[in-house]
Amino acid sequence: MSDVFGVVFSVYFLGQLVRTAAPYILAALGGTISERSGVVNIALEGKLLVGAFCCAVGAIETGSATVGAICGILGGMAVGWLYGLAVLRFGADQIVSGVAINLLALGLTRYLLKLFYGSTANSPPAPGFGDRVWTNVLFYAVIALVFAFQFGLQRTRFGLRLRAVGEHPEAGETLGVSVLGIRWAAVLIAGGVAGLGGAWLALDNEAFVANMSGGRGYIALAAVIMGAWRPKYVALACLLFASAGALQGVLQVEDVPVPRELIQSLPYILTMVAMAGLIGRSRAPASLGKPHERS
Amino acid sequence: MRKGGNELFLQVYGVAVALLVAMAAGSVLILVFGQSPANVYGVLLVETWGDSHGIGQTLLKSTPLIFTGLSVALAFRAGLFNIGCEGQLLVGSFACALMGSALPESTPALLAVPLAILVAGMAGGALGAIPGALRAYTGSHEVINTIMLNFIASAAVLWAGNRFFFVEETTHTADIISSAELPSLGIAGSALNWSFVLALACAGLFWVFMDRSRRGFELRAVGLSPLAAENAGIDVRRSIVVAMTLSGAMAGLVGANFVLGYKHYFEEGLGSGTGFMGIAVALLGRNNPIGIVVAALLFGTLSNGGLEVNGFVPKELIEVLQAVIILAVAITTATTQRALAKGGAS
Repeated sequence: MSDVFGVVFSVYFLGQLVRTAAPYILAALGGTISERSGVVNIALEGKLLVGAFCCAVGAIETGSATVGAICGILGGMAVGWLYGLAVLRFGADQIVSGVAINLLALGLTRYLLKLFYGSTANSPPAPGFGDRVWTNVLFYAVIALVFAFQFGLQRTRFGLRLRAVGEHPEAGETLGVSVLGIRWAAVLIAGGVAGLGGAWLALDNEAFVANMSGGRGYIALAAVIMGAWRPKYVALACLLFASAGALQGVLQVEDVPVPRELIQSLPYILTMVAMAGLIGRSRAPASLGKPHERS
Repeated sequence: MRKGGNELFLQVYGVAVALLVAMAAGSVLILVFGQSPANVYGVLLVETWGDSHGIGQTLLKSTPLIFTGLSVALAFRAGLFNIGCEGQLLVGSFACALMGSALPESTPALLAVPLAILVAGMAGGALGAIPGALRAYTGSHEVINTIMLNFIASAAVLWAGNRFFFVEETTHTADIISSAELPSLGIAGSALNWSFVLALACAGLFWVFMDRSRRGFELRAVGLSPLAAENAGIDVRRSIVVAMTLSGAMAGLVGANFVLGYKHYFEEGLGSGTGFMGIAVALLGRNNPIGIVVAALLFGTLSNGGLEVNGFVPKELIEVLQAVIILAVAITTATTQRALAKGGAS
């Protein structure tokens, strides 16, 4: 067992942890800003997947990982736009629309994969960031984004308005804040960061693989709740969830007989326990999920 | 009278617009693949409804969607959103297969079939009861809990299967005993079986329960206004647990189709996606049993047709079509409801 502890605190383990956590953190930051403005974001999974796809296509076609990352952001924003169109412009049910967008992302990325590269399983190899986790610009971008979101939500005029809109849209509107405008901004920003999360997946993997988001959007959603809708705690929750995944890899290497499936389920079980109020109640923004009618 | 007619018109109009939007989006995708939309849609229609084998296979694909559609609608009528059908149908099917294979070979069909169906419903119901109870007694939201339980259920089933139940070197369980199998309906060699009849019966029961029983009335009252229901002396918490349990049980019955009627064993990944499609079916069918059966037939047609058009365009086209239909119906539902509310006010 002492071997396990040795590995846990190794640089290798930390590298694995960062690799696993980064896409969670990016998607969860998107979920946080969207939900703080009052818009549920089940569509995170779809944003990750489309972000990964666009990133891979961009990187393959231009040979540049940077262009790929930008394409990933734009792809995520495009999904955010579609989601905004459904739930903000037309007032469609946010949960149904989110589920639909996730299914759409799954089908469309595979369809286009076949169209572009003749396979519904994976793309040809794309440029990525290789083994360089610590010297990778994206890694520092993730850390900067966590602080930027924390600061932006708590200390800026935009953040205050965004939180006000999420808690009590009518009050915000009375004070002259455009509820729909703020929510549109939140949904597009959420799409962008989640798309970057998808780009991370594609660059780390150096290719796009069908359904490569593999439920990470839902883990991010869980992290938003675990982190009580506050960016710094949300990021910590992502690290916690990611350590379950990274630990699993280490345990497998060390051949420790803990069921893999049990470790995989830990984030979900923890989230349910947290939501039931057993380890400190985390409270959702008051207007979460309710469409806003301009009066 | 006029208002009722108007409402029906708006709803049909909403669904028609959604279908047209989906067909248009699908046409673009077919065109970029260098195929003719008319040809692909034509093949889809002929292969699914053109002969009795096609019809049998289409009804087979529609059967699980009737169960999950009814499941989502049942919760929805009580004001709850069950997106946990994926997990509930998984544990239902798994339990159904375990029961069906554990019975002694000599068990008469009259006992084996109902027992296996009962176990499927109970397992699904148990998984549905958890988010129901959490919602009723801690107020934690059923949407997140059912999503979490989908992952937990699939991990748990995989673990239990790999550890104890799967046949060596495979990801499926042993065959169920032959007397627990639901017989085929014998339509031109299609795998359509008696679970389709069971699904239709469930749609009938759904109507009787919702519209003709006291408990169903209570559920609807809770769905319309929990506060008013509480004041009228209805036990809101119990109603929530009952609704989620019944909803989960209905999803669990999918096992009757996949396990008892079709595969005769449980297999990893079985029925994946059927739960999410149930949301679409309930939405499209307006939470009404007849509407749900019709909507399930539509989505069953698409699922079956996907395999047939695969020679022309990737079958993922169908997933895109289904997703666009859901999104478009969600949008037209919202806009027609607003139109109706406006019409009622003036």
